[in-house]
Amino acid sequence: MELSNFLLMRHEISLLAIILLLIIAEIAIPNNRKSSILHLALLFFGIHTAVGFLPLAESFLFGGMFRSNDMIHFFKGVLNIGVFTLLLQSAEWLEKNMVSQERGTEFFILMFSSLLGMYFMISAGDFLMFFIGMELSTLPVAALAAFEIIKRESGEAGIKFILSAALASGVSLFGITMLYATNGSIYFEDVLTTLTAGNLTILGFLLFFAGLAFKISLVPFHFWTADVYEGAPIGIASYLSVISKGAAAFILMILLFTVLKPLMYIWEPMLYVLAVATMFIGNIFALRQENMKRFLAYSSIAQAGFILLGLMTGTQLGTATVVYFVTIYIFSNLAAFGVVQAISTQTGKENMKDYEGLYRTNPKLSLVMMLALFSLAGIPPVAGFFGKFFLFTAAASEGFYLLVFLAVVNVTISLYYYLLVIRAMFVRKGEAPIPFFENKLYMRLGLLITVLGILALGLYSPLYDYIYQLGAVLN
Amino acid sequence: MDILTLFVVVPVLVILALIFTKDLKQARIVSMIGGLIQLGIAINLLFAYFRERAVNDAVMLFTRDLVWFEQFNIHYAIGVDGISVALILLTSIVVLAGVFISWKMQDLPKEFFIALIVLASGVYGFFISIDLFTMLVFYEIAVIPMYLLIGIWGSGNKEYSAMKLTLMLMGASAVLMVGILGIYFNSDADGGALTFNILEIAQVNIPFEAQKLFFPLTFMGFAVLGALFPFHTWSPDGHASAPTAVSMLHAGVLMKLGGYGIFRVAMFLLPAGALEWSWFFIILSATGVIYGAFAALRQTDLKYINAYASVSHLGMVTFALLMLNKTAWNGAILQSLSHGFMTALFFALIGMIYGRTHTRDITKLGGLLKVIPFISVVYVIAGMALLGLPGFSGFVAEMNIFMGAFQQDSMFYRIATIVSISAIVVTAVYVLRVVGIMLMGPVKNEAYNQLEATTWFEKTGIALLLIPIIGIGVAPLWISNLIMESLQPFIQGVL
Repeated sequence: MELSNFLLMRHEISLLAIILLLIIAEIAIPNNRKSSILHLALLFFGIHTAVGFLPLAESFLFGGMFRSNDMIHFFKGVLNIGVFTLLLQSAEWLEKNMVSQERGTEFFILMFSSLLGMYFMISAGDFLMFFIGMELSTLPVAALAAFEIIKRESGEAGIKFILSAALASGVSLFGITMLYATNGSIYFEDVLTTLTAGNLTILGFLLFFAGLAFKISLVPFHFWTADVYEGAPIGIASYLSVISKGAAAFILMILLFTVLKPLMYIWEPMLYVLAVATMFIGNIFALRQENMKRFLAYSSIAQAGFILLGLMTGTQLGTATVVYFVTIYIFSNLAAFGVVQAISTQTGKENMKDYEGLYRTNPKLSLVMMLALFSLAGIPPVAGFFGKFFLFTAAASEGFYLLVFLAVVNVTISLYYYLLVIRAMFVRKGEAPIPFFENKLYMRLGLLITVLGILALGLYSPLYDYIYQLGAVLN
Repeated sequence: MDILTLFVVVPVLVILALIFTKDLKQARIVSMIGGLIQLGIAINLLFAYFRERAVNDAVMLFTRDLVWFEQFNIHYAIGVDGISVALILLTSIVVLAGVFISWKMQDLPKEFFIALIVLASGVYGFFISIDLFTMLVFYEIAVIPMYLLIGIWGSGNKEYSAMKLTLMLMGASAVLMVGILGIYFNSDADGGALTFNILEIAQVNIPFEAQKLFFPLTFMGFAVLGALFPFHTWSPDGHASAPTAVSMLHAGVLMKLGGYGIFRVAMFLLPAGALEWSWFFIILSATGVIYGAFAALRQTDLKYINAYASVSHLGMVTFALLMLNKTAWNGAILQSLSHGFMTALFFALIGMIYGRTHTRDITKLGGLLKVIPFISVVYVIAGMALLGLPGFSGFVAEMNIFMGAFQQDSMFYRIATIVSISAIVVTAVYVLRVVGIMLMGPVKNEAYNQLEATTWFEKTGIALLLIPIIGIGVAPLWISNLIMESLQPFIQGVL
């Protein structure tokens, strides 16, 4: 094996290099100039993101343990943009609260480690690599959720997350051992050929699936979501709902459409039921939320339900629509979390009631929020509409009209609570609206990226065509 | 650039210009210029259409087709026939009148005009689309600004009304989405490729089972916007809370999307489904016609009266469309146009009365004819048009509808027709009741003796709407010709 083959792991190597550089910087840079690490980390990661879009070969390493193709490569690029935007949005919060406590570098190291885990998870070619990646992506997040040590809720979020995540991982690993027991191999390629629907296999699959369902927060594995989002720092809630969920949905799709395809007759009706449950429960619980983070938590549960509509088709159309939807969802949700972050950093306010009259004092921020919510609600001409319509098209192409009907009922329910936020911002004048404030450059940049994404991703059709071409790998 | 795309591009440019305006003065001037340009293009389109129609007998003229999402065969496909040309003309007139009526909008004027023009661009886009997906996109673009327009600038119970209206209409469009997907996935029934193009789907024989399933979904998706009983409840609340220009645009134009969509999509593409289901929807629309009329009779709020009158009159549009013959269809389109102008005029007048007296309760008003004669006289004229007096557009439309309806000779149709016709009498009662209480008699309130005279922009707005009402009433043939010709493909396709 040539050394140049390792370049297939370019994303991973460069991210690892950044992590190591940051550790060195933490040691080398004196305490009174620690805030420069923030800019350094952003610069490094920005370069990493930009370089990441250079084309990469389609191949595998370590006898199939690690693989990469254009689809995976593209999705890593999307994750990079997401994390970069998120860091831009969190920069001010970090500078204000964390750097003074000398914990700025830790934040980056932990987050990049988690992202590294996600790279390995979606690039996995066998169950072992998959599991290691999943663990690496989960554990640092628990530390991040508990990052605001002075806040009780933050610690609570951390402990809740680690306990539930550990259980989910354990169950998942148990499932993997059963799949190994029946197939005699953990390589996806081998499992694909030997997989037959025995009882033990099905049980193994179900347990394995539960682990991923936890990460995507499908009902009934969603209970941790709202509490953790509420307690964790906003950047981390955003990370969990956007990056973590996106990556997990992506790998779940890859696994279902390739390795676990023989079990389709089991997972198709299962996803049907889960989709209905997730959409309804997510939406109905979102209706009465007052806290913006909890609100977005339930909204993101409901969005996961929509993703299942595309997942259950098992076709190239399904692949394309899921990846397209997740990409759009990442931008939309980041925009929403970005605004919440901006307001919370400046004023510490996080409740919907505090947003009343926001348009009259901070029109730009309100407009970004409106675009984000319209995109989440699926209203044209912003991207969310296209994402959702195409998901429904994928489901309808397999004849699931009833499911599509239930989904559109949910779209209408969700519109109600998205409009509640818009009502607070635009319609109500509020007794004490948040006064005008100027955002820092990083935050503005972070919001600008999301707005561009929301506006362009839908109307610019070649992107969808590109994703569709990529989807051919799986089918 | 082709003439139709201008209808979407001009509003976008106007919106961009509006973003840079500073105050009400600039905003309204920009909007007025935009409205005038739009009206100019619409009139130009009308004449261009006549010229083109003389030499070209394609179903849709000025067509343009750009591939958008290749995988789904989604195109930006546009084209017009006589029906859409007439409705575009209606839209441009009502929008311009709406701008004049909002001349004194104080609160957030820039945002108000932007939202108004976003709504208008959605309507234009809807009328020029011949691709179902593009159509749906424009449909939702037209509906969603209503939330802000009513929520921010409305009055009364505006938060409730805005939410109710938006949820019902967006819910309907969500149902419509299922219907459209159903049509799309059956558009290859004859072995062709899946398509969203209306003209191509019309050539396909969609299996009967699919038509039976998807017709009600598609129909309901549009009919809620057309205030079909019992899904009309958003309309009175919405209109009562909305600011004047928004009521005008909404009742005058937006609700016409419902009838147009039913005709162009539900009935044209799913004719067998239409035959199968027509009895059910005829019952609903006939109920709506009579129910709306009686409800208007009992209201005392001017806007509620007019909103229920709209339910009744738009019920007639759906009713006529389901009568499935040429005369009735012609009447339905004429009724759409005529009602668009009349109801916009009514809402404009109500806005003016309310702006002066600060009440819309007719029991508190009286003798207005003596104090604001111009507005009152126009109100009487509009009332006469609404109750279908010959010489106005309403008469032409209703005449055609009921002539057509009586051509159906089964008992069921006869009863439905008679029920609907009787609404005309009730219409006369509620119109004259308002005229009697509000305009005649002694002036009830001393303060009303010093009401402001009509301003030039109000008069302009009124004139813009009144001219077509009388125009259609006196010379109905040219517009009838415009429509009749375009009914031909429907007659071949549906009957």
